[in-house]
This record gives sequence, C-alpha cells and structure tokens, in this order.
Amino acid sequence: MNNVSLPKKSRRIIPGFHLSLGYTMLYVSLLVLLPLSMIFIHTMSLSWTEFITIITDPRAVASYKISFGTALVAGIINAIFGTIIAWVLVRYPFPFKRMIDGLVDLPFALPTAVAGIALTSLYAPNGWIGQFFEFKIAFSPLGIIIALTFIGLPFVVRTVQPVLQNISAEVEEASASLGANRLQTFRKIILPELTPAILTGFSLAFARALGEYGSVVFIAGNMPMKTEITPLIIMTKLEQYDYAGATAIAVVMLVTSFVLLFMINFIQWLTNRRFIH
Amino acid sequence: MEYSIALSKPAALQEPRIIRYLLTFIALAFLAFFIVLPLVSIFITAFQKGAEVYFAAITHPDALAAIKLTLIVVAIAVPLNAIFGVMAAWVLTKFNFKGKNLLLTIVDLPFAVSPVIAGLVFILLFGSQGLFGDWLFAHNIKIVFALPGIVLATIFVTLPFVARELIPLMQAQGTSEEEASISLGASGFKTFWYVTLPNIKWGLFYGLILCNARAIGEFGAVSVVSGHIRGMTNTMPLHIEILYNEYQFSAAFAVASLMSVMAILTLVIKDIIAWKSKSV
Repeated sequence: MNNVSLPKKSRRIIPGFHLSLGYTMLYVSLLVLLPLSMIFIHTMSLSWTEFITIITDPRAVASYKISFGTALVAGIINAIFGTIIAWVLVRYPFPFKRMIDGLVDLPFALPTAVAGIALTSLYAPNGWIGQFFEFKIAFSPLGIIIALTFIGLPFVVRTVQPVLQNISAEVEEASASLGANRLQTFRKIILPELTPAILTGFSLAFARALGEYGSVVFIAGNMPMKTEITPLIIMTKLEQYDYAGATAIAVVMLVTSFVLLFMINFIQWLTNRRFIH
Repeated sequence: MEYSIALSKPAALQEPRIIRYLLTFIALAFLAFFIVLPLVSIFITAFQKGAEVYFAAITHPDALAAIKLTLIVVAIAVPLNAIFGVMAAWVLTKFNFKGKNLLLTIVDLPFAVSPVIAGLVFILLFGSQGLFGDWLFAHNIKIVFALPGIVLATIFVTLPFVARELIPLMQAQGTSEEEASISLGASGFKTFWYVTLPNIKWGLFYGLILCNARAIGEFGAVSVVSGHIRGMTNTMPLHIEILYNEYQFSAAFAVASLMSVMAILTLVIKDIIAWKSKSV
C-alpha cells in the first residue's frame, strides 16, 4: 500500500458550514423546539385518566367533529374547484387573465380577521348573499365551511397549476391519435398525472383549515356542541387559566397535524419517485 | 413528429366549446363569490357611513397605537426571519450532513401548528404559571401580554416563509459558482455577497413579502399572547376584532380596508417580482 495521505474527511470547499448550522440549530431550538416541547412537558403533569377525561369531554369531541368535518368538506370543495380554476387558468384564454390569476393568492395575503368579518357580513342573514337564503349560512357549520374554503383555495390551485403546465401535449396527442375521446384522455392520461398534486394541495388546505382560528371565530357563531371549533376550545380554556386542559386538547391537535405533515411528505416522496422512474 | 401530421385536427386535443365555456364560467363564478365579492364588500362597508366616519376610525388613538404596534412587531420579526432563512437555506443546500431532512422538517413545523397553539406555547413558557414565570415575575420582566410575547408569536408563525422560498431556489442553483469564487481566492463573505446574493435576490424578496403579509395579519397566535390591552397590546387585526364585537362595523371595516390595501399591494409587488425573476 502506498502511503498517500488522503484527507480523512472530505473537505468542504464552501465555508460557513459550522456557523450556518449552529445558527440554524440555535434559532429553531429556541423558537420552535423548546416552545413546542412545553406542550408535551405540560401534559405530563396530568395523569393518564385526567388526560383522557379532558380530551373525551363531550364538548371537546363535538369540536373535533366540527373542525374535522368542516375542514374535510372545505378541502374537497377546494380540490374540485381549485383543479377547475387551475385548468381554466392554464388552458383557456379569457380577458383579465393575469389579474385574476394574481387574485387567487389573496387568501394568503389578506389577514384572516379581515376575511372573517368580510365573509360574515356577506353571509349573515341580512347580508348581501345571506338574505337570499331561507336557512342560516353564517353562524352555522356552512359558514365555517365557507371561511375554510376561502383560506384553503390557493393551496390547491398553486400546487396543481405547475403540474398541469408541465404535461406535454405529446401524450395527449398520442392518446387522441390512438382513438381516445377527450373524456378518456382526461381520465386515463391527465387525471393520473394531476392526482398527486391535487392530493398534496388538498392535504395542505386541510391541515391549514384544521388549525384556522381568525376567519372562523367571526362566522361560526361559536355555539358549544354546534359550531365551536377545537382551536376555540383551547382559547376558552386559556382564558379561564385552565392551562392543563388547553395543553391536553393542543396535544390532540398537534399529533393530528404531525400525522398530516407526514402524509404530505409521503405523497410528495411517492410523486418524486414516479418522476425519477 | 409524424404524429402532428396525422393530427391536423386540433379539435381532438380540445374540449368541446360548450365545456370550455362552462368550465371558465364555473371558475370565474367561484372566484367572484369567494375572492372578489368579499374584497369589494370590505371597501363598500368601510365607506357606508361616509368619509368622515372612515377617517375618524383610522385616526382614532387606539387605531394609531395598533398600527404602530403592528409596524414595530413586523420590523423586528421579519428581518430576524430573513437572516434565519438565508442561514438555514445556506446550510441545507450547500452542504450534505446527517439529519438534514430532519432539520428541513423542523423548519417547516410552524406551518403545521395551529396559530392558537403557537400562542399557547409561549404562555406555557413565559406566563405566570409557565416554566420561567416565577423568575420573570421576580425580575419584573413582562414577556406575555406585552410586546416581546407578540414578537415571539409572530416570529414563530412566520419562521418558515423566507427559508421555504430560498431552499428550492438554491438547491436548483447548486454550488459550482460558489466553488469557483472560493477557488479564485474570494473570502466566504465576499462569495456570499457577490455571487450567492445576486442569484437569490428575487427569491429573497418574494419570501420577505409573504413573511411580511403574514406578520402584519397574524391573528390567532397574537390574540393568545397579547392580553388585549387597548391602545397597548392590540395589533391591527385585534383592533378590528374589538371594533367588530362592539358593533362598530363601519370603523372595523375602515381598519380592515387599510389592511386589504396592504394585501393588494402585496399581491402586486409579488407579481412584479415573479415577472422580474423570470426575465432575469
């Protein structure tokens, strides 16, 4: 063996590794990990039975049903209409297209409280839209769904749009030349390409909707057992200085959100794998 | 390319006209109801009782205090997250190390956490019953129900914005330009300043704009830690809530219209940046 001394570690040419890693770790530890760990540390002060009693309290359970149910419906509405909007924006010409395309991001830019009071006044029984309906829209689960649809819309449109743009015309041409009609081409060729993006957009919108507070508290009416969302339960417990109760419910929400985040990453991993093949 | 000759009828690649019109109509109607109408209603309701009520609402001392507080919070939170975003993107895209994916997930974490919980964690740390509560009380330091708490909650919810914009951008750019610069003898800082920064300029602006919009408008997290002290710890969204709950609808919508103008400006600047970054 020749005694050529190879450097033990592959040397990093670009400087700043230790500085940037250290700074990043310190920042996320102090501002994300330490604060979030408080939730789990604080729950430890509860016994298992106390914890179960708090999180299975009928009012809390009713709020999970409302939060999950409305977030799910809003997510499905967004998946369908978001895909249609992305399709129209990518494929069809119409006037003011650029401006309308820009407006899709409004829910990202508009403060949720502003969206909340605007939607409430529109859909309240005497509002511009609410007055035309016999039944209540604002102050009912329907109102929550509308608010959650509003805040979730850009997620689906903005994840589907680039994928739709990248589908090459050739596969559609091939499909058509083999005798498929338009609907068959859409169902068998285009939709399978779009599905991962639609699912990712749906999960992002759903996750955001689950935790949403600002826009919902105005339009929901916040009636216990009927239109009270889970974040509001946490808020109410905090205002009564019931820290243990608030953290127990927060654990339920956090675990759900993490499972969702994991699923989103899994979908994206599946999608990437498909493209590499 | 033989296909294209066989396929001289583009009709096979397009939906029937009626379907196209129907889909366009559905998309535009949906956007009209969910985006345009709420936006229009804000401005109309704001001016319903006349310009006098409008200007009285936005120049009320409590409103001015809320605007000032919001601007202070943004001025602290956004630059801190911008520096963090650049640092995090640098370490996550220019180097390979163990636990990289874990760190990436941690950076994304605040997106998955409900704003109310984001506020709650700071109460658990710095509130009277919190981990540091007794110590802070003994030293007469106020964090929650005061400016530091509001800043911390805002930093938490807006933490991923700049990093999330920069990471894919810097990943795509790779490391060859930096390596060339270093091998030609430039210092690390010079390389960053003259090579990396010009490359990520537009992505950085884009992240800043999004971070800024969210920081201005954050409601849930700030609501938990603010304590709602009028003229003291109310940001603009909290001020809107108070006015709304007191049935001062015109005043609430007047302040809301100010925030909507900021949101529209955000969209316009974002569009300009998207256009600039494409043309570069």
